[in-house]
Amino acid sequence: MVEVKHIVKTFEGHTVLNDISAVFEEGKTNLIIGRSGSGKTVLIKNIIGLMRPDSGRILYDDRDFISMDKPELNRLRREMGMLFQGSALFDSMTVLENVMFPLNMFSHESSKEREKRAMFCLDRVNLPGAEHLFPSEISGGMMKRAAIARTIALNPQYLFCDEPNSGLDPKTALMIDDLIHGITTEYKMTTVINTHDMNSVLNIGDNIVFIQDGRKEWQGTKSNIMDSGNKALNDFLYASDLFRKVKEAETTMEEG
Amino acid sequence: MKEALYQLGEYMLLMRKTLSIPDRWSMFFRQLIKEIYKLGVDSLWIVVIISIFIGTVIAVQISLNIQSPLIPKFTIGYTTREIILLEFSSSIMCLILAGKVGSNIASEIGTMRVTEQIDAMEIMGVNSANFLILPKTVGLMLFIPVLVIFSMFTGILGGVLASYIMGGGMTPSAFEFGIQYYFNAFYVEYSIIKSVVYAYIISTTSAYFGYNVKGGALEVGKASTSAVVMSSVMILLADVILTHLLLT
Repeated sequence: MVEVKHIVKTFEGHTVLNDISAVFEEGKTNLIIGRSGSGKTVLIKNIIGLMRPDSGRILYDDRDFISMDKPELNRLRREMGMLFQGSALFDSMTVLENVMFPLNMFSHESSKEREKRAMFCLDRVNLPGAEHLFPSEISGGMMKRAAIARTIALNPQYLFCDEPNSGLDPKTALMIDDLIHGITTEYKMTTVINTHDMNSVLNIGDNIVFIQDGRKEWQGTKSNIMDSGNKALNDFLYASDLFRKVKEAETTMEEG
Repeated sequence: MKEALYQLGEYMLLMRKTLSIPDRWSMFFRQLIKEIYKLGVDSLWIVVIISIFIGTVIAVQISLNIQSPLIPKFTIGYTTREIILLEFSSSIMCLILAGKVGSNIASEIGTMRVTEQIDAMEIMGVNSANFLILPKTVGLMLFIPVLVIFSMFTGILGGVLASYIMGGGMTPSAFEFGIQYYFNAFYVEYSIIKSVVYAYIISTTSAYFGYNVKGGALEVGKASTSAVVMSSVMILLADVILTHLLLT
């Protein structure tokens, strides 16, 4: 479980995160949703330590992330995995070398065992046969899957994803969502996904945090998001054609 | 002034991160071999070509400018050797390498920064500065002296070739006598010492500009240019200081 408490972050006097508190639960896909510029990416960067909040606390299973010393922080980092928007695969390495990278850095297994583990991870994300290709030689969807394989190589307890579906076609996006959801439940990870993809919200939103102008407006699940009664959330949701149609269908069914 | 001090502070902090014990020695040595090959061995051809041509031109220029019967002909070979050993093969060659290698380092690390590859390493708990910069620095410090030695040989060889081809006031025997005349072996050591310092300057300055890129492709290009300019200025400054320390 990851818990953020009263997080505040400002840039040159402009408050980007304003007293945000939320709980991201274990074994669930926790989504952070909100409009572009609402503070989602800044929040996730604060949670993973790429930025430091001005005030507030971040707890990883009750371990205070901000006050940790360096060795403790390094240990925790090995329990974390991050899927970046652009995949962030290392250009100079093949897909297999990318997946083996965290294993080569931190695992004490033999070279054969490490390769076996990397091949297992590639197989888990349905990417067999691509191990000797470079990132520039594979599609966007394959890059995302390779990045997921690299992320799960060390069996992380916490998985963070920044816009995992951006730039992907709907079918591939759905496949990536299912993959993330699948590994989250399989490995009992705490997964936090930053997205504004409405398909993801309906598909894998076990726990949803809605952010508007740096403030947490609402927290709930995919089953009660449509009946939140929150005006800002409704404005955001019903800007999506998908949600309008789902709502219309629900209303028709109720009337029928 | 404030900006310069800020940059110096940032550079020092980056060096503190870079110059630490590698997380995994096996990965460090693997990277080191890659970097020696990519930054060093791949630069060999340009060093050889430039050195032969410049060696030839130096010999021809000196021959054309020393026409007095009072100056012995071996002076051409002697002067060519001194120029190549003292300045060309170390300082001028490293200024050229600052352009080739420095821009390569800055753009590679800069691109990794803007595409979040460095962030990905940090999230994994890898010391990205140590993993990316230290092998480049050590690799260059080990291989640039080799390039400098190649440059000395091929530069003098260029002069010898000129003495055979150009003829005129220059004879091969006088030239060969000149390149052996009053040889001071310390000048080779001096050049090698300078090149090791230049290698450190090129790799760390370029890495600093690449590592601190913010933005996109345009900023990576700007960082690459800044890296080459700053490395060149620092090389010239170091040349003055080292010459004063080692030769006076």
